[in-house]
Amino acid sequence: MGKSENELTWKEIEVGCIVTEPGNASQYKTGDWRSQRPTYDFSKCIKCGMCQIFCPEGCINQNEEGYFVADLFYCKGCGICAHECPTFVITMKEEE
Amino acid sequence: MSKRVGIEVSIALADVVGMANTDVVAAYPITPQTHIVEHLAELVADGELDAEYIPVESEHSAMSACMGSAAAGARTFTATAGQGLELMHECLYVASAMRLPVVMAVANRALSAPISVWGDHSDVMACRDTGWIQIFTENGQEVVDTALCAFRIAEDNNVLLPTMVHLDGFHLSHVIEPIMMPEQSQVDAFLPPNKYPFFLDPARPQAMGDFAPPAIYTETKWAQEVNLQKSKETILKAWKEFAEIFGREYKPVESYRCEDAKILLLTMGSYSETAMTAIDAMREKAECENVGLLRLRLWRPFPTDELRKAVENADVLIILDRALSFGSAGGPVGMEIKSALYDVSKKPKIVNFVGGLGGRDITVGNFEELIKKGIDIAGNGSENEFEIFGVRE
Repeated sequence: MGKSENELTWKEIEVGCIVTEPGNASQYKTGDWRSQRPTYDFSKCIKCGMCQIFCPEGCINQNEEGYFVADLFYCKGCGICAHECPTFVITMKEEE
Repeated sequence: MSKRVGIEVSIALADVVGMANTDVVAAYPITPQTHIVEHLAELVADGELDAEYIPVESEHSAMSACMGSAAAGARTFTATAGQGLELMHECLYVASAMRLPVVMAVANRALSAPISVWGDHSDVMACRDTGWIQIFTENGQEVVDTALCAFRIAEDNNVLLPTMVHLDGFHLSHVIEPIMMPEQSQVDAFLPPNKYPFFLDPARPQAMGDFAPPAIYTETKWAQEVNLQKSKETILKAWKEFAEIFGREYKPVESYRCEDAKILLLTMGSYSETAMTAIDAMREKAECENVGLLRLRLWRPFPTDELRKAVENADVLIILDRALSFGSAGGPVGMEIKSALYDVSKKPKIVNFVGGLGGRDITVGNFEELIKKGIDIAGNGSENEFEIFGVRE
Protein backbone atom coordinates (compact mmCIF):
# COMPACT_ATOMS: atom_id res chain seq x y z
CA MET A 1 0.00 0.00 0.00
CA GLY A 2 1.43 3.38 -1.03
CA LYS A 3 -0.40 6.26 0.59
CA SER A 4 -2.43 5.69 3.71
CA GLU A 5 -6.22 5.88 3.38
CA ASN A 6 -6.16 9.29 5.07
CA GLU A 7 -4.01 10.76 2.29
CA LEU A 8 -5.63 9.32 -0.86
CA THR A 9 -7.50 11.88 -2.99
CA TRP A 10 -10.63 10.99 -5.00
CA LYS A 11 -8.51 10.92 -8.17
CA GLU A 12 -6.19 8.31 -6.68
CA ILE A 13 -8.89 5.85 -5.66
CA GLU A 14 -8.91 2.71 -7.84
CA VAL A 15 -11.86 2.59 -10.27
CA GLY A 16 -14.85 1.27 -8.34
CA CYS A 17 -12.70 1.24 -5.19
CA ILE A 18 -11.38 -2.15 -6.32
CA VAL A 19 -8.74 -3.63 -4.03
CA THR A 20 -5.89 -4.59 -6.35
CA GLU A 21 -3.39 -5.68 -3.72
CA PRO A 22 -4.44 -9.05 -2.32
CA GLY A 23 -4.37 -9.46 1.45
CA ASN A 24 -3.82 -5.80 2.24
CA ALA A 25 -6.46 -5.97 4.99
CA SER A 26 -3.52 -7.07 7.19
CA GLN A 27 -2.23 -3.49 6.94
CA TYR A 28 -5.42 -2.10 8.44
CA LYS A 29 -4.86 -1.11 12.07
CA THR A 30 -8.02 -2.28 13.81
CA GLY A 31 -6.18 -1.69 17.11
CA ASP A 32 -7.31 1.94 16.73
CA TRP A 33 -10.86 0.89 17.62
CA ARG A 34 -9.85 -0.31 21.09
CA SER A 35 -11.01 1.43 24.27
CA GLN A 36 -9.77 -1.33 26.62
CA ARG A 37 -6.62 -3.45 26.35
CA PRO A 38 -5.92 -6.92 27.73
CA THR A 39 -3.33 -7.14 30.53
CA TYR A 40 -1.85 -10.43 31.78
CA ASP A 41 -0.89 -12.15 35.05
CA PHE A 42 1.04 -15.05 33.52
CA SER A 43 1.66 -16.63 36.96
CA LYS A 44 -1.91 -18.05 36.66
CA CYS A 45 -1.61 -19.09 33.00
CA ILE A 46 -1.88 -22.82 32.16
CA LYS A 47 -1.15 -22.19 28.43
CA CYS A 48 -4.45 -23.84 27.42
CA GLY A 49 -4.94 -21.49 24.44
CA MET A 50 -8.68 -20.89 25.06
CA CYS A 51 -8.14 -17.16 24.54
CA GLN A 52 -6.60 -17.80 21.12
CA ILE A 53 -9.48 -20.08 20.09
CA PHE A 54 -12.15 -17.56 21.08
CA CYS A 55 -10.45 -14.38 19.79
CA PRO A 56 -12.75 -13.16 16.95
CA GLU A 57 -9.94 -11.11 15.46
CA GLY A 58 -7.46 -14.04 15.33
CA CYS A 59 -4.80 -11.77 16.73
CA ILE A 60 -3.58 -13.88 19.70
CA ASN A 61 -0.28 -15.73 19.28
CA GLN A 62 2.04 -17.72 21.54
CA ASN A 63 5.24 -15.93 22.51
CA GLU A 64 8.67 -17.54 22.95
CA GLU A 65 7.84 -18.59 26.52
CA GLY A 66 4.60 -20.24 25.37
CA TYR A 67 2.20 -17.62 26.77
CA PHE A 68 -0.68 -16.35 24.64
CA VAL A 69 -0.57 -12.59 23.91
CA ALA A 70 -2.80 -10.32 21.78
CA ASP A 71 -1.21 -8.33 18.94
CA LEU A 72 -2.25 -4.78 19.82
CA PHE A 73 -1.99 -3.66 16.15
CA TYR A 74 -5.18 -5.68 15.53
CA CYS A 75 -6.75 -6.23 19.01
CA LYS A 76 -10.07 -4.33 19.15
CA GLY A 77 -10.32 -4.74 22.93
CA CYS A 78 -13.55 -6.76 22.89
CA GLY A 79 -12.59 -8.59 26.11
CA ILE A 80 -13.78 -12.05 24.97
CA CYS A 81 -10.34 -13.51 25.87
CA ALA A 82 -10.66 -12.15 29.41
CA HIS A 83 -14.19 -13.55 29.69
CA GLU A 84 -13.23 -17.01 28.43
CA CYS A 85 -9.90 -17.47 30.29
CA PRO A 86 -10.53 -20.34 32.81
CA THR A 87 -7.79 -19.18 35.22
CA PHE A 88 -8.47 -15.42 35.16
CA VAL A 89 -5.10 -14.42 33.66
CA ILE A 90 -6.49 -11.53 31.63
CA THR A 91 -7.83 -8.22 32.97
CA MET A 92 -9.17 -5.53 30.64
CA LYS A 93 -7.79 -2.06 31.45
CA GLU A 94 -9.03 1.27 30.08
CA GLU A 95 -6.87 2.77 27.35
CA GLU A 96 -5.62 6.20 28.38
CA MET B 1 -28.64 -2.21 -45.80
CA SER B 2 -31.00 -2.14 -42.85
CA LYS B 3 -34.36 -3.73 -43.44
CA ARG B 4 -37.67 -2.22 -42.38
CA VAL B 5 -39.81 -4.82 -40.66
CA GLY B 6 -43.07 -4.85 -38.76
CA ILE B 7 -42.18 -6.32 -35.40
CA GLU B 8 -43.18 -6.20 -31.74
CA VAL B 9 -40.84 -3.81 -29.95
CA SER B 10 -39.90 -6.33 -27.22
CA ILE B 11 -38.94 -8.91 -29.86
CA ALA B 12 -36.94 -6.37 -31.84
CA LEU B 13 -35.13 -5.36 -28.67
CA ALA B 14 -34.28 -8.98 -27.86
CA ASP B 15 -33.09 -9.49 -31.45
CA VAL B 16 -30.62 -6.60 -31.29
CA VAL B 17 -29.39 -7.73 -27.87
CA GLY B 18 -28.63 -11.00 -29.67
CA MET B 19 -26.96 -9.16 -32.56
CA ALA B 20 -24.81 -7.37 -29.99
CA ASN B 21 -23.37 -10.82 -29.28
CA THR B 22 -24.41 -10.71 -25.65
CA ASP B 23 -22.63 -13.32 -23.53
CA VAL B 24 -24.93 -13.58 -20.52
CA VAL B 25 -28.60 -12.88 -19.86
CA ALA B 26 -29.82 -13.31 -16.27
CA ALA B 27 -33.44 -12.34 -15.85
CA TYR B 28 -36.72 -13.02 -14.11
CA PRO B 29 -39.91 -12.55 -16.10
CA ILE B 30 -42.35 -9.81 -15.10
CA THR B 31 -45.09 -8.05 -17.02
CA PRO B 32 -44.63 -6.02 -19.24
CA GLN B 33 -40.98 -7.01 -19.73
CA THR B 34 -41.73 -10.71 -20.30
CA HIS B 35 -41.55 -10.88 -24.10
CA ILE B 36 -38.03 -9.44 -24.09
CA VAL B 37 -36.52 -12.16 -21.91
CA GLU B 38 -38.75 -14.92 -23.34
CA HIS B 39 -37.45 -14.19 -26.81
CA LEU B 40 -33.85 -14.08 -25.59
CA ALA B 41 -34.39 -17.47 -23.91
CA GLU B 42 -35.70 -18.76 -27.25
CA LEU B 43 -32.71 -17.43 -29.16
CA VAL B 44 -30.35 -19.17 -26.73
CA ALA B 45 -32.38 -22.42 -26.64
CA ASP B 46 -32.54 -22.53 -30.45
CA GLY B 47 -28.79 -22.07 -30.71
CA GLU B 48 -29.15 -18.75 -32.53
CA LEU B 49 -27.39 -16.87 -29.75
CA ASP B 50 -24.31 -18.33 -28.13
CA ALA B 51 -24.94 -17.04 -24.61
CA GLU B 52 -25.58 -18.26 -21.10
CA TYR B 53 -29.20 -17.73 -20.12
CA ILE B 54 -29.55 -17.82 -16.32
CA PRO B 55 -33.18 -18.26 -15.22
CA VAL B 56 -32.82 -16.89 -11.69
CA GLU B 57 -35.36 -17.02 -8.84
CA SER B 58 -35.82 -13.27 -8.39
CA GLU B 59 -34.80 -9.88 -9.70
CA HIS B 60 -32.44 -9.46 -6.76
CA SER B 61 -30.67 -12.58 -7.98
CA ALA B 62 -30.90 -11.43 -11.60
CA MET B 63 -28.92 -8.29 -10.89
CA SER B 64 -26.52 -10.18 -8.61
CA ALA B 65 -25.82 -12.70 -11.37
CA CYS B 66 -25.41 -9.87 -13.86
CA MET B 67 -22.83 -8.25 -11.61
CA GLY B 68 -20.81 -11.45 -11.42
CA SER B 69 -21.05 -11.85 -15.17
CA ALA B 70 -19.99 -8.28 -15.91
CA ALA B 71 -17.10 -8.60 -13.44
CA ALA B 72 -15.94 -11.65 -15.38
CA GLY B 73 -15.80 -9.43 -18.48
CA ALA B 74 -18.89 -10.82 -20.22
CA ARG B 75 -21.31 -8.64 -22.17
CA THR B 76 -24.32 -8.74 -19.87
CA PHE B 77 -28.00 -7.93 -20.37
CA THR B 78 -31.11 -8.11 -18.25
CA ALA B 79 -34.58 -6.62 -18.30
CA THR B 80 -37.21 -5.93 -15.70
CA ALA B 81 -40.16 -3.71 -14.80
CA GLY B 82 -42.08 -2.23 -11.88
CA GLN B 83 -41.89 -4.37 -8.74
CA GLY B 84 -38.98 -6.29 -10.23
CA LEU B 85 -36.91 -3.14 -10.51
CA GLU B 86 -37.70 -2.31 -6.89
CA LEU B 87 -36.68 -5.78 -5.71
CA MET B 88 -33.34 -5.18 -7.46
CA HIS B 89 -32.97 -1.84 -5.78
CA GLU B 90 -30.01 -2.44 -3.46
CA CYS B 91 -28.11 -4.27 -6.21
CA LEU B 92 -28.53 -1.29 -8.54
CA TYR B 93 -26.34 0.84 -6.27
CA VAL B 94 -23.75 -1.93 -6.02
CA ALA B 95 -23.51 -2.39 -9.81
CA SER B 96 -22.87 1.30 -10.43
CA ALA B 97 -20.45 1.74 -7.54
CA MET B 98 -18.43 -1.28 -8.66
CA ARG B 99 -18.49 0.16 -12.19
CA LEU B 100 -19.97 -2.91 -13.85
CA PRO B 101 -21.28 -2.23 -17.37
CA VAL B 102 -24.56 -4.15 -17.24
CA VAL B 103 -27.22 -3.10 -19.76
CA MET B 104 -30.82 -3.34 -18.58
CA ALA B 105 -34.09 -2.64 -20.38
CA VAL B 106 -36.88 -1.44 -18.10
CA ALA B 107 -40.42 -1.76 -19.43
CA ASN B 108 -41.69 1.03 -17.19
CA ARG B 109 -44.61 0.01 -15.01
CA ALA B 110 -46.61 1.45 -12.12
CA LEU B 111 -45.93 0.28 -8.57
CA SER B 112 -48.20 -1.64 -6.19
CA ALA B 113 -50.43 -1.32 -4.25
CA PRO B 114 -52.97 -1.70 -5.74
CA ILE B 115 -51.43 -3.94 -8.38
CA SER B 116 -51.12 -2.30 -11.74
CA VAL B 117 -49.25 -3.97 -14.56
CA TRP B 118 -49.69 -0.89 -16.76
CA GLY B 119 -47.19 1.78 -17.57
CA ASP B 120 -45.97 4.88 -15.81
CA HIS B 121 -42.62 6.09 -14.48
CA SER B 122 -43.00 5.26 -10.77
CA ASP B 123 -40.52 2.37 -11.00
CA VAL B 124 -37.73 4.35 -12.63
CA MET B 125 -38.15 7.45 -10.50
CA ALA B 126 -37.54 5.37 -7.37
CA CYS B 127 -34.22 4.37 -8.98
CA ARG B 128 -33.28 7.90 -10.00
CA ASP B 129 -30.30 8.16 -7.67
CA THR B 130 -28.79 4.71 -8.14
CA GLY B 131 -25.85 5.92 -10.24
CA TRP B 132 -26.96 4.28 -13.50
CA ILE B 133 -26.96 6.00 -16.86
CA GLN B 134 -30.65 6.25 -17.83
CA ILE B 135 -32.08 6.89 -21.28
CA PHE B 136 -35.78 7.17 -22.17
CA THR B 137 -37.12 6.07 -25.53
CA GLU B 138 -40.05 7.31 -27.59
CA ASN B 139 -40.75 4.56 -30.12
CA GLY B 140 -39.65 1.10 -31.20
CA GLN B 141 -36.87 2.39 -33.39
CA GLU B 142 -35.41 4.31 -30.51
CA VAL B 143 -35.62 1.28 -28.24
CA VAL B 144 -33.58 -0.78 -30.69
CA ASP B 145 -31.08 2.01 -31.37
CA THR B 146 -30.71 2.93 -27.70
CA ALA B 147 -30.06 -0.68 -26.71
CA LEU B 148 -27.12 -0.84 -29.13
CA CYS B 149 -25.83 2.52 -27.90
CA ALA B 150 -26.25 1.39 -24.28
CA PHE B 151 -23.69 -1.43 -24.69
CA ARG B 152 -21.29 0.93 -26.42
CA ILE B 153 -21.66 3.59 -23.70
CA ALA B 154 -21.68 1.30 -20.66
CA GLU B 155 -18.62 -0.68 -21.75
CA ASP B 156 -16.55 2.32 -22.89
CA ASN B 157 -13.50 2.27 -20.64
CA ASN B 158 -13.96 5.99 -19.90
CA VAL B 159 -17.43 5.20 -18.55
CA LEU B 160 -17.83 1.65 -17.15
CA LEU B 161 -21.29 2.28 -15.77
CA PRO B 162 -24.46 0.20 -15.89
CA THR B 163 -27.06 1.65 -18.24
CA MET B 164 -30.86 1.49 -18.26
CA VAL B 165 -32.91 1.72 -21.42
CA HIS B 166 -36.43 2.82 -20.49
CA LEU B 167 -39.37 1.85 -22.66
CA ASP B 168 -42.95 2.48 -21.59
CA GLY B 169 -44.70 -0.72 -20.53
CA PHE B 170 -47.28 -1.86 -23.13
CA HIS B 171 -47.31 1.46 -25.01
CA LEU B 172 -43.88 0.46 -26.33
CA SER B 173 -43.15 -3.05 -25.11
CA HIS B 174 -46.23 -4.67 -26.62
CA VAL B 175 -46.88 -2.74 -29.82
CA ILE B 176 -45.92 -3.79 -33.32
CA GLU B 177 -44.07 -1.05 -35.14
CA PRO B 178 -42.16 -0.65 -38.38
CA ILE B 179 -38.52 -0.77 -37.30
CA MET B 180 -35.32 -0.51 -39.34
CA MET B 181 -33.51 -3.57 -38.06
CA PRO B 182 -29.73 -3.22 -38.39
CA GLU B 183 -27.48 -5.46 -40.42
CA GLN B 184 -25.03 -7.58 -38.44
CA SER B 185 -22.15 -5.82 -40.21
CA GLN B 186 -23.46 -2.43 -39.03
CA VAL B 187 -23.74 -3.67 -35.45
CA ASP B 188 -20.21 -5.05 -35.60
CA ALA B 189 -18.88 -1.78 -37.00
CA PHE B 190 -20.56 0.24 -34.27
CA LEU B 191 -20.08 -2.02 -31.28
CA PRO B 192 -16.56 -3.23 -30.49
CA PRO B 193 -16.10 -6.32 -28.28
CA ASN B 194 -16.39 -5.69 -24.54
CA LYS B 195 -12.94 -4.97 -23.14
CA TYR B 196 -13.72 -4.69 -19.44
CA PRO B 197 -10.31 -3.89 -17.92
CA PHE B 198 -10.83 -5.27 -14.40
CA PHE B 199 -12.16 -8.73 -15.29
CA LEU B 200 -11.81 -11.35 -12.59
CA ASP B 201 -8.64 -13.35 -13.14
CA PRO B 202 -6.91 -15.71 -10.69
CA ALA B 203 -3.56 -14.50 -12.09
CA ARG B 204 -4.38 -10.96 -10.93
CA PRO B 205 -6.24 -11.26 -7.63
CA GLN B 206 -8.48 -8.37 -6.65
CA ALA B 207 -11.47 -7.67 -4.44
CA MET B 208 -14.51 -5.71 -5.60
CA GLY B 209 -17.07 -3.84 -3.53
CA ASP B 210 -14.92 -4.10 -0.44
CA PHE B 211 -15.11 -2.20 2.76
CA ALA B 212 -14.46 1.57 2.87
CA PRO B 213 -13.97 3.30 6.22
CA PRO B 214 -15.04 6.93 6.74
CA ALA B 215 -11.57 8.08 5.66
CA ILE B 216 -12.15 6.90 2.11
CA TYR B 217 -15.91 6.61 1.45
CA THR B 218 -16.42 10.29 0.52
CA GLU B 219 -13.56 10.13 -2.01
CA THR B 220 -15.00 6.94 -3.51
CA LYS B 221 -18.47 8.40 -3.91
CA TRP B 222 -17.19 11.66 -5.37
CA ALA B 223 -15.10 9.75 -7.93
CA GLN B 224 -18.28 7.87 -8.89
CA GLU B 225 -20.28 11.10 -9.27
CA VAL B 226 -17.60 12.82 -11.38
CA ASN B 227 -17.46 9.76 -13.58
CA LEU B 228 -21.23 9.67 -14.13
CA GLN B 229 -21.35 13.40 -14.95
CA LYS B 230 -18.42 12.99 -17.33
CA SER B 231 -20.05 10.04 -19.08
CA LYS B 232 -22.17 12.55 -21.03
CA GLU B 233 -19.18 13.22 -23.31
CA THR B 234 -19.03 9.54 -24.25
CA ILE B 235 -22.81 9.34 -24.63
CA LEU B 236 -22.78 12.25 -27.10
CA LYS B 237 -19.85 10.71 -28.97
CA ALA B 238 -21.61 7.33 -29.18
CA TRP B 239 -24.78 8.96 -30.54
CA LYS B 240 -22.73 10.89 -33.12
CA GLU B 241 -21.00 7.75 -34.34
CA PHE B 242 -24.32 5.91 -34.33
CA ALA B 243 -25.72 8.60 -36.64
CA GLU B 244 -22.76 8.20 -39.00
CA ILE B 245 -23.44 4.48 -39.41
CA PHE B 246 -27.22 4.31 -39.10
CA GLY B 247 -28.30 7.82 -40.14
CA ARG B 248 -30.44 8.46 -37.07
CA GLU B 249 -29.43 11.26 -34.71
CA TYR B 250 -30.19 11.37 -31.00
CA LYS B 251 -29.83 14.18 -28.49
CA PRO B 252 -30.14 14.47 -24.69
CA VAL B 253 -33.08 16.87 -25.10
CA GLU B 254 -35.14 16.47 -28.26
CA SER B 255 -37.27 19.32 -29.56
CA TYR B 256 -40.25 19.44 -31.90
CA ARG B 257 -41.49 22.68 -33.50
CA CYS B 258 -39.61 24.73 -30.94
CA GLU B 259 -37.89 27.26 -33.24
CA ASP B 260 -40.50 29.97 -32.64
CA ALA B 261 -42.16 28.42 -29.60
CA LYS B 262 -42.89 30.46 -26.49
CA ILE B 263 -44.92 27.76 -24.81
CA LEU B 264 -43.17 24.43 -24.32
CA LEU B 265 -44.54 21.10 -23.20
CA LEU B 266 -41.98 18.64 -21.82
CA THR B 267 -42.59 14.90 -21.71
CA MET B 268 -40.56 11.71 -21.43
CA GLY B 269 -40.95 8.38 -23.16
CA SER B 270 -43.67 7.33 -25.59
CA TYR B 271 -46.29 9.96 -24.71
CA SER B 272 -44.35 12.50 -26.72
CA GLU B 273 -45.62 10.89 -29.94
CA THR B 274 -49.19 11.73 -28.94
CA ALA B 275 -48.04 15.12 -27.70
CA MET B 276 -46.53 15.91 -31.13
CA THR B 277 -49.89 15.28 -32.77
CA ALA B 278 -51.50 17.61 -30.23
CA ILE B 279 -48.92 20.31 -30.95
CA ASP B 280 -49.60 19.99 -34.68
CA ALA B 281 -53.35 20.21 -34.08
CA MET B 282 -53.07 23.30 -31.90
CA ARG B 283 -50.83 25.05 -34.39
CA GLU B 284 -53.14 24.13 -37.26
CA LYS B 285 -56.26 25.35 -35.52
CA ALA B 286 -54.39 28.59 -34.80
CA GLU B 287 -55.52 28.19 -31.19
CA CYS B 288 -51.99 28.39 -30.07
CA GLU B 289 -49.39 28.96 -32.76
CA ASN B 290 -46.35 29.26 -30.57
CA VAL B 291 -46.42 25.89 -28.85
CA GLY B 292 -43.59 23.33 -29.07
CA LEU B 293 -42.52 20.07 -27.50
CA LEU B 294 -39.40 19.09 -25.60
CA ARG B 295 -38.58 15.50 -24.75
CA LEU B 296 -36.03 14.56 -22.15
CA ARG B 297 -34.19 11.49 -23.46
CA LEU B 298 -31.18 11.48 -21.18
CA TRP B 299 -32.35 11.34 -17.58
CA ARG B 300 -29.04 10.42 -15.91
CA PRO B 301 -26.63 12.13 -16.10
CA PHE B 302 -29.10 15.02 -16.17
CA PRO B 303 -28.44 17.26 -19.20
CA THR B 304 -28.55 20.60 -17.37
CA ASP B 305 -26.81 22.66 -20.07
CA GLU B 306 -28.91 21.27 -22.91
CA LEU B 307 -32.12 21.79 -20.96
CA ARG B 308 -31.27 25.40 -20.07
CA LYS B 309 -30.51 26.09 -23.73
CA ALA B 310 -33.73 24.43 -24.89
CA VAL B 311 -35.92 26.66 -22.71
CA GLU B 312 -34.01 29.95 -23.01
CA ASN B 313 -36.58 31.62 -25.30
CA ALA B 314 -39.69 30.16 -23.70
CA ASP B 315 -42.23 32.03 -21.55
CA VAL B 316 -44.01 28.95 -20.24
CA LEU B 317 -42.74 25.42 -19.63
CA ILE B 318 -45.39 22.79 -18.95
CA ILE B 319 -43.92 19.58 -17.55
CA LEU B 320 -45.77 16.27 -17.54
CA ASP B 321 -44.56 13.82 -14.91
CA ARG B 322 -45.75 10.20 -14.96
CA ALA B 323 -44.98 9.52 -11.30
CA LEU B 324 -45.91 11.00 -7.97
CA SER B 325 -43.17 11.80 -5.50
CA PHE B 326 -45.31 11.36 -2.43
CA GLY B 327 -45.30 14.22 0.04
CA SER B 328 -43.07 16.45 -2.04
CA ALA B 329 -43.42 19.69 -3.98
CA GLY B 330 -43.93 18.21 -7.44
CA GLY B 331 -43.30 15.36 -9.81
CA PRO B 332 -39.71 14.08 -9.91
CA VAL B 333 -39.02 15.57 -13.34
CA GLY B 334 -40.73 18.86 -12.47
CA MET B 335 -38.67 19.28 -9.32
CA GLU B 336 -35.45 18.38 -11.12
CA ILE B 337 -36.09 20.93 -13.85
CA LYS B 338 -37.07 23.65 -11.37
CA SER B 339 -33.77 22.98 -9.65
CA ALA B 340 -31.83 23.14 -12.91
CA LEU B 341 -33.38 26.51 -13.77
CA TYR B 342 -33.31 28.13 -10.33
CA ASP B 343 -29.99 29.93 -10.94
CA VAL B 344 -30.88 31.03 -14.47
CA SER B 345 -31.92 34.70 -14.57
CA LYS B 346 -34.31 34.50 -17.56
CA LYS B 347 -36.43 31.42 -17.19
CA PRO B 348 -39.93 30.36 -18.18
CA LYS B 349 -42.83 30.09 -15.78
CA ILE B 350 -43.03 26.40 -14.91
CA VAL B 351 -46.27 24.46 -14.54
CA ASN B 352 -45.90 20.86 -13.40
CA PHE B 353 -48.59 18.24 -14.06
CA VAL B 354 -48.62 14.65 -12.87
CA GLY B 355 -50.69 12.34 -15.08
CA GLY B 356 -50.75 9.17 -17.13
CA LEU B 357 -50.45 7.07 -13.99
CA GLY B 358 -50.88 3.28 -14.11
CA GLY B 359 -51.47 3.18 -17.87
CA ARG B 360 -54.06 5.99 -18.00
CA ASP B 361 -54.08 7.25 -21.57
CA ILE B 362 -53.42 10.87 -22.33
CA THR B 363 -55.03 11.38 -25.72
CA VAL B 364 -54.35 14.09 -28.28
CA GLY B 365 -57.41 15.93 -26.94
CA ASN B 366 -56.16 15.51 -23.36
CA PHE B 367 -52.81 16.99 -24.32
CA GLU B 368 -54.51 20.02 -25.88
CA GLU B 369 -56.53 20.42 -22.69
CA LEU B 370 -53.37 20.02 -20.56
CA ILE B 371 -51.50 22.67 -22.55
CA LYS B 372 -54.41 25.12 -22.34
CA LYS B 373 -54.71 24.52 -18.60
CA GLY B 374 -50.96 25.04 -18.25
CA ILE B 375 -51.10 28.35 -20.09
CA ASP B 376 -53.99 29.44 -17.87
CA ILE B 377 -52.11 28.52 -14.66
CA ALA B 378 -48.95 30.23 -15.92
CA GLY B 379 -50.97 33.42 -16.39
CA ASN B 380 -53.28 33.34 -13.39
CA GLY B 381 -51.31 31.29 -10.88
CA SER B 382 -52.42 28.34 -8.79
CA GLU B 383 -52.56 27.47 -5.12
CA ASN B 384 -50.89 24.14 -5.86
CA GLU B 385 -47.19 23.38 -6.24
CA PHE B 386 -48.18 20.90 -8.95
CA GLU B 387 -51.39 19.76 -10.61
CA ILE B 388 -52.80 16.26 -10.90
CA PHE B 389 -54.10 15.73 -14.44
CA GLY B 390 -57.19 13.75 -15.28
CA VAL B 391 -58.32 12.85 -11.78
CA ARG B 392 -62.10 12.67 -11.29
CA GLU B 393 -63.25 15.12 -8.65
